[in-house]
Amino acid sequence: MSAVAQHSFVSHVAYVLRQNPVTLIAFTLLAALIVCAVFGPALVPYDPLASSDTILQPPSAAHWFGTDHLGRDVFSRVIVATRLDMAISIGAVALSFVAGSILGCIAGYWGGWFDSIISRGLDMIMAFPLFVLAMGIVAALGNTVENVIYATAVINTPFYARVVRAEVNIRREAGFVQAAKLAGNSDYRIVAMHIFPNALPPMMVQVSLNMGWAVLNAAGLSFIGLGVRPPTPEWGIMVAEGANYIISGEWWLALFPGLWLMLAVFTFNLLGDGLRDMVDPRQRL
Amino acid sequence: MLTIKDLHVQFDTRHGVVDAVRGVNLHLDRGETLGIVGESGSGKSVTAFSLLRILDSGGRITGGHIDYRGIDLSQVDNASMNDIRGREISMIFQNPRAALNPIRKVGHQIEDVLRHHAQATRYDARAKAVAALEEVQIKDAASRYHAYPFELSGGMCQRVVIALALACKPQLLIADEPTTGLDVTTQKTVMDLIQALAQDRNMGVVLITHDLGLAGTYCDQLVVMKDGEIVEQGAPQKLTKNAVHDYTRRLLAATPHRGKQLHELVVDGVEKPIPPAGDILLSVNAVTKTYAGKAGPVQALQGVSFDIQRGGCLGLVGESGSGKSTLSSIIARLQDATSGDVQFNGASLFNAPASKYAKDTRRSEIQMVFQDATDSLNPRQTAAQSIAEPLRHLTTMNRLERNDRVEQLAEDVGLPLALLSRLPHQLSGGQKARVGIARALAVQPKLLILDEPTAALDVSIQALILNLLADLRHRLNLTYLFVSHDLSVVQMLCDTVVVMRLGQVEEMGPTEQVLSQPQSDYTRQLLQAMPTPLFA
Repeated sequence: MSAVAQHSFVSHVAYVLRQNPVTLIAFTLLAALIVCAVFGPALVPYDPLASSDTILQPPSAAHWFGTDHLGRDVFSRVIVATRLDMAISIGAVALSFVAGSILGCIAGYWGGWFDSIISRGLDMIMAFPLFVLAMGIVAALGNTVENVIYATAVINTPFYARVVRAEVNIRREAGFVQAAKLAGNSDYRIVAMHIFPNALPPMMVQVSLNMGWAVLNAAGLSFIGLGVRPPTPEWGIMVAEGANYIISGEWWLALFPGLWLMLAVFTFNLLGDGLRDMVDPRQRL
Repeated sequence: MLTIKDLHVQFDTRHGVVDAVRGVNLHLDRGETLGIVGESGSGKSVTAFSLLRILDSGGRITGGHIDYRGIDLSQVDNASMNDIRGREISMIFQNPRAALNPIRKVGHQIEDVLRHHAQATRYDARAKAVAALEEVQIKDAASRYHAYPFELSGGMCQRVVIALALACKPQLLIADEPTTGLDVTTQKTVMDLIQALAQDRNMGVVLITHDLGLAGTYCDQLVVMKDGEIVEQGAPQKLTKNAVHDYTRRLLAATPHRGKQLHELVVDGVEKPIPPAGDILLSVNAVTKTYAGKAGPVQALQGVSFDIQRGGCLGLVGESGSGKSTLSSIIARLQDATSGDVQFNGASLFNAPASKYAKDTRRSEIQMVFQDATDSLNPRQTAAQSIAEPLRHLTTMNRLERNDRVEQLAEDVGLPLALLSRLPHQLSGGQKARVGIARALAVQPKLLILDEPTAALDVSIQALILNLLADLRHRLNLTYLFVSHDLSVVQMLCDTVVVMRLGQVEEMGPTEQVLSQPQSDYTRQLLQAMPTPLFA
């Protein structure tokens, strides 16, 4: 039966992709980004860290995105940077997804004191300007990639927790939850196995939006000099370094990493609806 | 006034084009009431929706004419259609709560309609809205004008919806299952109201329902639909006496009325012997339940006591808010009583704390079938997974044994094995009800609580499910606690009746005795609301 279920899931995914061209484009772009992230260093023509004599060259056949002030190939650096930026954003989103789900389930299912404490705590996080909060966390914990991930996770957690809390709360009294109790499920099992999976469709929309924010956030922190440090290729740093050269006419240094960043955020934002339709059983026929 | 000729409606779906209505012909005169009867999926609602051109996306009229007083409604442009909707033809929807805007006062909602169709000005709208509320017999209309929908009962909401529909004095009213989901007593008052208003205004009414009993009582003409086609039509008396089509006969048989036997509901039904009553299995003693409400404590149950004998079937009857559902969930230990005691098999159910109850042996001995089959199935679990759920937690069966048991249960409740791998939304209402029953039976309970298991089902499916329940009771030696608001169903299945009202027992006794010599006014009211035999 699981083989049948698997087959029906695959055909359902195929249906969602066929039905909505935007979803198809988004998933194609995502596949391209993943290929860059996994095989990046093997794909690019130059070593992203190697400097050369040909400095500040405009885009050409040899250097598609031009070269920077140390003569490094911008195209190679942009592609190689994909892995780091994706790792930061996926790591941060995964952490905040898990933390937000657990907090939201507790607040939504048990309510009462748990709900008050968790909700007010999350409200406090959201009361800060989130980027400034992330800056503060990285500055306090130390300037490392891991801390950028933790900081991004902290500022994203309230969004997940709120969605999960609302979804769990409206299903707390549903008939299938009562039936699950009669079937001998403990409260923990009911929340984890019966209620939470039904909150996944709206969560997927949140995930896709948050992935975009997380990428921007990571790049933003690097832009102001927190987190990733040069000479590591990273989109935020590259934009920051390139910004100095825009006035003197070397526009390609900032433009191409910026475009790539935009493309990544764009891809994640487009994924939302498609992901939701894929995990929603009611969309299946 | 209204003539429909050879109407065809198609829907575009993921699996290609579906013909929802195939060549329907109808005729309705001024002041006449036409009943369209059929089960879900028969195309009766689609026919009505296409009159007002409010079909869901993907649906379109592909052929035929809808002639309303000389206008072809299938050709009219959208602007004129907007004028016709509400002013000429109006509609009452199935769920009155969903049809009202939850955050606007009901009076304002009526004013909106009046002013949209230029039936009132800013200055007299309020007076007219109050008058409209008075017309649907809402007491104290001037103060109800300020009420929000959530402050009104289901019956009241439906009256407001009727007031909304009739505010602009339409010539034709379409009522789509106007009383489904309402208590039987409320159902009768709402239908009487619609009938009286229609007569006063010489208005045409199209009543869409799955309940042949209801349609037969209130309609001048009946049309029976199946699979998008009309299978039979005529006056109710004629139709009930000489039904030609098999489907009409099946529907007629499935309609419950006073004095009907359970096996008469289905064609070729066999009478099931009633198991002999044994000792007392469940004893409810002075159970009370008090909720903390905003305006002080609410007493949902005020000292309820009764006994159920082993192998018996007790019917718990009452309208919504009578506390019957609260009581059944206390017996199933889904919530705790405030005081009182429930003895099961000689021991108090309350001697194990709620937190430990999941591991108690009595968890599997008392099982429940829920009111809304759709709501009670996890949307992410297949039918087989849902049925296996109690087996996984309450028994030590391994995977293979569970699969065997699930298949056996599916056979017991008449669910085709091929449907076991489907998700709830891929099943029909009757099939979902069967899954719910199979799940409750999985762990071989001694007592089965049935919380209005057929309230959301078509009469023809209800007939099958009720017979299935009677059959299972006989075969598996079960004891039933049957909760319902409908005496006509209870009288067929149950041997004892407890009538509840406002958290108290109004009357109890053997079914025959309660039906023939009702002691309380409320029981008499319930009896009056029961449909009378159509054949008489």
